[in-house]
Amino acid sequence: MATSAKDLPFKQETYRNDFTFKNSPETVLRAPFPFDKDSYMYAVNMELHRDGRPGTAFEAPIDVDEHYVAEMQDRALVLDEDPLRYQSLPHMSLAGWDTLELLMTCKAETYPQWFSLTRNGDNWHWINRPMGIDQHFVFGDESTLPYGPLEYITRQAQGDFCVLDERDDNLWMDAGMITTQADWSLDFDIGMNFFEWHAPVPLAHEKGIFIRALKYLRTIQQGNPARRLNWTMTVNPRLDTSPENFHIWGPENTHITPENVADKLYLRIELQSFWRLPRSNALLFPIRCYFLSMRDLSTVPKWATRMHRVLQTLPPEIASYKGLDNYRQIAIDWLAQHDDGSPTTEGPFPD
Amino acid sequence: MSSNATLDVVVSDVVTVNSLIKRFHFVRPDGSPLPAFSGGAHIVIEMQDGDTIRRTPYSLMSSPLNTTDYQVSIRRDDEGRGGSLYMHQQVTKGMPMRIGYPANLFSLDKRAPKQLMFAGGIGITPFLAQIHQLLKTNGNFELHYSARNEKLGAYVSELKQLIGHRLHVYYDDQDQRIDFDNLLSTQPAGTHVYVCGPAPMIDHVLTRCKAHGWPKAHTHFEHFAKAPPGEPFTLELRASNKFIEVGENQSMLEAIEAAGVDAPYLCRGGACGHCETDVLECDGTLLHEDHWLEDDERTSSRKVMPCVSRFKGQRLVLDR
Repeated sequence: MATSAKDLPFKQETYRNDFTFKNSPETVLRAPFPFDKDSYMYAVNMELHRDGRPGTAFEAPIDVDEHYVAEMQDRALVLDEDPLRYQSLPHMSLAGWDTLELLMTCKAETYPQWFSLTRNGDNWHWINRPMGIDQHFVFGDESTLPYGPLEYITRQAQGDFCVLDERDDNLWMDAGMITTQADWSLDFDIGMNFFEWHAPVPLAHEKGIFIRALKYLRTIQQGNPARRLNWTMTVNPRLDTSPENFHIWGPENTHITPENVADKLYLRIELQSFWRLPRSNALLFPIRCYFLSMRDLSTVPKWATRMHRVLQTLPPEIASYKGLDNYRQIAIDWLAQHDDGSPTTEGPFPD
Repeated sequence: MSSNATLDVVVSDVVTVNSLIKRFHFVRPDGSPLPAFSGGAHIVIEMQDGDTIRRTPYSLMSSPLNTTDYQVSIRRDDEGRGGSLYMHQQVTKGMPMRIGYPANLFSLDKRAPKQLMFAGGIGITPFLAQIHQLLKTNGNFELHYSARNEKLGAYVSELKQLIGHRLHVYYDDQDQRIDFDNLLSTQPAGTHVYVCGPAPMIDHVLTRCKAHGWPKAHTHFEHFAKAPPGEPFTLELRASNKFIEVGENQSMLEAIEAAGVDAPYLCRGGACGHCETDVLECDGTLLHEDHWLEDDERTSSRKVMPCVSRFKGQRLVLDR
């Protein structure tokens, strides 16, 4: 191909061991900052996923950024160690093909310099230049791909992917590729329904959040994807904070000190989107993770101020559920230098 | 949020199937394939009928494996508010129209070891699309199709060719009846039942399923209620601060839309729950026509589905 991978703006970096992950200043500014006001509470914060605001992570329906190649390398490492991070129940095969089509067409349309898809009936030709992939295959025929369709394409797409079957007035976690998760396990949740896999979340059940959220999700239509943002915090830019590997990352929760908090503690943002899949009528639920260190946040004065206030006023149940108890006060103390008490402007975007 | 995604299409063919049914084919203006869909899905067709915009749901009957066109079959309803009459009388080949994206409220359970299908009359259409999908995946199914007589039994010969012995046809005028009790008591464990047809047929199948101990999660039905015509009435929209008139041949939802108020919808047939609206004041009787609300919500007059239901009385205030 004309463009070689080294001409592309993708970083060589790691999400484990030496943690060389780093955001460029442009990547900080385009992050989907999750707080639109100075406090946080659970809400059904859904909106349509189609505004395409330039210069943000919302610009493309499926966002690809400078971390793409490194994130895919990290996923491959996770899968080598633990193949059960990808699972698909037998009735989800068609949904896998739907997912492959959606991700390939979105990427080829948005980033023609990196991806291309040529279709001739069921004979498809896919080129992924950043990852050096050139694949001819037959749409619908699993034997023509090195993996099943869902695993194949989600090894080439940033973020986690849940595929939810819809039946019995509920949604079921019946397939997924989950390697960049905030402490939940596909192997534990596979086959669960919407209420079962959300059972551990505090406060939100009492507020009726999940009943309304399910009702909303079930009406999501083809051609009309929706999204919401969620967040937590992570020590080190570690994508794989899974229950399976808690023994590796769990102890790091006590490693934050006033000296290292700026560069070692990260706001972990999840851009969750929801897509009705056409052939299977399943819902695709990508969960894309963005990291901003406290120092990254401090380059955007409004964000540092707001983060300070959100952490100060966060209900203790939510702070505990998100696992922030060991370092919350250290982060508040460090962020205090960026909060002079003046009001912040409305909305999540930088001033 | 009601900003449903729509598709601009052109009517590429209108085919008379029998004395009551016409089939309509839609293509993209540029001839490119339409979006993929799943068997059992419907589209909402927008009809510019004089000053009124009607939006009516119809099941897609064409193969989900071939989306060069979408096909729907529409039975003429001489007593209805005019949607089917508009389609039969006004819509011609070459006409541009707008449709909604396919949405599916009658999806196959893909885990089922066997799918048992009951179709009545025009209710055959979603099964046609599902059968194409099942044939592709070697799915196990059986279709029992009842029609008034041979002339009105649409697509029987096509189905015979397509699925052979898996098709069982019953004609009313030959005193042939589907033996539901026998069928429902002799299925392999794990079978799912699907029924689409006239309301009494659906009610009967659901009742017999219950009597034979079928789990609710294994019984599926689709029936788009029709907004019936009725006496005109005045409606207050509290959130929008508007008083509007609902005409004789207009649904509440259509009147709300005509007044420029954004209201959510999906199926427009009282089945999906998307347009559920809180009733703030009701001095009179709500005439519920939907399949969505629970009995207590219906009798308490706290909720209404404006896509199909009407009102008779002095004063009705909605939270819209």
